[in-house]
Amino acid sequence: MYHRFDAVIVGAGGAGLMAAAQLAGRCNVAVISKLYPVRSHTGAAQGGIAAALGNVEEDHWIWHMFDTVKGGDYLVDQDAAEVLAREAIDAIIELEHWGFPFNRTPDGRIDQRRFGGHTRNFGEGPVRRACYAADRTGHMILQTLYQTALKRQVTFFDEYMMLDLLLTDDGVCTGVVAMDIETGEIHVFHAKAVLLATGGFGRVYKVTSNALAATGDGVAIAFRRGIPLEDMEFYQFHPTGIYKMGILLSEACRGEGGILRNGLGERFMERYAPTLLDLAPRDMVSRAIYQEIRAGRGVDGKDFVWLDLTHLPAEVIETKLPDITDFVRTYLGLDPVKDLIPIQPTAHYAMGGIPTDVDGRVTVDAQNTSIPGLYAAGECACVSVHGANRLGTNSLVDLVVFGRRAGRHMLQFVRENDFHPLPKEPDYRARAEVAWILENEGNERVAQIRAELQEAMMTDAGVFRTGDGLKRLQQKLGELRNRYTQICIDDKSRTFNMELVEALELGFLLDCAEAISASALAREESRGAHYREDFPARDDVNWLKHTLITRTSGGLQLSYKPVVITRFQPKERVY
Amino acid sequence: MLVTVRVQRFNPETDSKPYYQEYTVEVEPTDRVLDALNYIKWYHDGTLTFRRSCAHGVCGSDAMRINGRNRLACKVLIKDLGPKITVEPLLGFRIIRDLVVDMEPFFAQYRAVMPYLINDEPPPVRERLQSPEERELYDDTTKCILCACCTSACPIFWTTEWLGPAAIVNAHRFLFDSRDRATEERLAILNQKFGVWRCRTIFNCTEACPRGIQVTNAIEQVKRRILFEQS
Repeated sequence: MYHRFDAVIVGAGGAGLMAAAQLAGRCNVAVISKLYPVRSHTGAAQGGIAAALGNVEEDHWIWHMFDTVKGGDYLVDQDAAEVLAREAIDAIIELEHWGFPFNRTPDGRIDQRRFGGHTRNFGEGPVRRACYAADRTGHMILQTLYQTALKRQVTFFDEYMMLDLLLTDDGVCTGVVAMDIETGEIHVFHAKAVLLATGGFGRVYKVTSNALAATGDGVAIAFRRGIPLEDMEFYQFHPTGIYKMGILLSEACRGEGGILRNGLGERFMERYAPTLLDLAPRDMVSRAIYQEIRAGRGVDGKDFVWLDLTHLPAEVIETKLPDITDFVRTYLGLDPVKDLIPIQPTAHYAMGGIPTDVDGRVTVDAQNTSIPGLYAAGECACVSVHGANRLGTNSLVDLVVFGRRAGRHMLQFVRENDFHPLPKEPDYRARAEVAWILENEGNERVAQIRAELQEAMMTDAGVFRTGDGLKRLQQKLGELRNRYTQICIDDKSRTFNMELVEALELGFLLDCAEAISASALAREESRGAHYREDFPARDDVNWLKHTLITRTSGGLQLSYKPVVITRFQPKERVY
Repeated sequence: MLVTVRVQRFNPETDSKPYYQEYTVEVEPTDRVLDALNYIKWYHDGTLTFRRSCAHGVCGSDAMRINGRNRLACKVLIKDLGPKITVEPLLGFRIIRDLVVDMEPFFAQYRAVMPYLINDEPPPVRERLQSPEERELYDDTTKCILCACCTSACPIFWTTEWLGPAAIVNAHRFLFDSRDRATEERLAILNQKFGVWRCRTIFNCTEACPRGIQVTNAIEQVKRRILFEQS
């Protein structure tokens, strides 16, 4: 089936919906989403969204910008970080006007709490910058944006999965191809402008806070169409996932005063970050946890440590962290008011992704040449405001600030441009891929390959990496890629075929894993979340640059682009 | 531990009516029902079909009947159910396949109550003010994840057309928000034949809510609001 819209947005999380809200009523816009919009993973974000409102103590956008740059270990493009920190303030106010139910101060203004890496006066100490709604801030952003999109009568295609991105030979984006999951029918969406807002790919790792649907679809499809991926080696592990399950326990736990303890009961962050302690950036805390475990100071010699909230007033835990309290009770049978909580780092967020400029335009090289009509925003994109390590709350800021900017720029683009003709047989690749998966007669199970992929990525591309480990990983990925050609699925029907969906998603995960491992092997330094045990120091002389990895007919190709530095020269990163 | 999972199956391409199929699988007592379903799908029978995403009770995808009660499969542990588990699709909706039901009528009910903030006054430069006490009035109903556990647990919904608990919860969320200005329009919708008066305070919705929302209480507050605004 053929559809025609001025603008098509793929993904109905925070970035996609924020863009849709800009376009709705002003041009003909459709949102395609693999899930019902309210199921998107933005809804799992908990603790807060940062903006230097200064509602409870002095704060300035430039402090937020500085923290973002330093938190990202100076790999952040500072022009983009400035946009992020400045426009966060206005975006939060806009969300409030749209009905976001923020927690309030006694005088009725938006309340703010502490979060990791957010400081006053360029690192002097923690600052209250994170606006929040209890510990369901992401849920409320998703709800508020979906509600706004409904109010503005956006057209939704729910449970449609993107299969292909349409680019002409001369590099113009003309639309996308998607599958209606309920019927298996293939749809072609002809558009003047397309926004990829498809989210992250945490499911490439074994222990992750990410939803089962977070399989890097948009990132992988862009990669397959020859678009480079930026900084894929930088993958964030959140320090406090529920042991073995990976379920996120927000940094707000520590923002409200929670502390981490090793098996001996010591507040071990004193050794690693004497000023910010438990509120140091996530890469440092995750490494510290593993260092404690390696030194034999995990709990009972095992690979976890404690999150301790027991000294907090029960009322704070119940009212400011109600969802987390519920998770701990449901999944661990423990009561955070009285019990220590077993935690381990959990794969959480991709700093890298599809390269864009500050207006969301997808760029393909070191000169930032853009593809007319193609945009990306949110976790699937790399602006880059997170650099080598994202600060807590900045993902939600990224969504609203750059989702909004992308939407606004798209509106201007669709007003100034006509439809470009579609390529001949625009859906042939998508149809061929679906037919191949349905008909292939191999002896490999999708789940088995995926489990081995997740295990290998966890071992060799996790918090600690080595050259040898990454080479071993690449070999394993090659083996898995071969075995993927031998898959066979049980389900041959067209109706809501989730086994077909999972097989397609595994293909996307393999693409993401290959990009991560090759980018990580090449980067012979340690910076932010990318820690090479064989190159433990940051190396600004050789590596203060963004990785671009491109899939070519001759294999994966690496190139680099400079980091934009405006206000803050790189310095040693201590907290 | 070894558990037997009895699942209601239906594929419209091959089946004229639903039937039950049993799977016996080895799981940990602390596993979720969703883990058992995933295990079956991944290693035994790829045709078993259900929705799922976040796997920790915040996205609302995997609402289904588990041993007769509406639950999220990712928020129920095996050890709380024992070795025999029956899993069926939510009642009152068209079955698309196995445990997947057509949610469109449910979202149509949601859209019918105008689930968005309406306030045409020019906004201030900064945030609109709202006291913590005003904010508290609708806190509970902001937790809704639109999973449909409540609506499809309602006996009235099984037999009669009406808005259902989830839509009213979302109407409540705006009716009790001091920033909203569409009270009259919303109450007019809720005061119709298909509105709040179909509720018989059975409390199934409150029991079913995986987010612990006091659903029946919210419906009663809306009923009272209609009465007070009219008098």
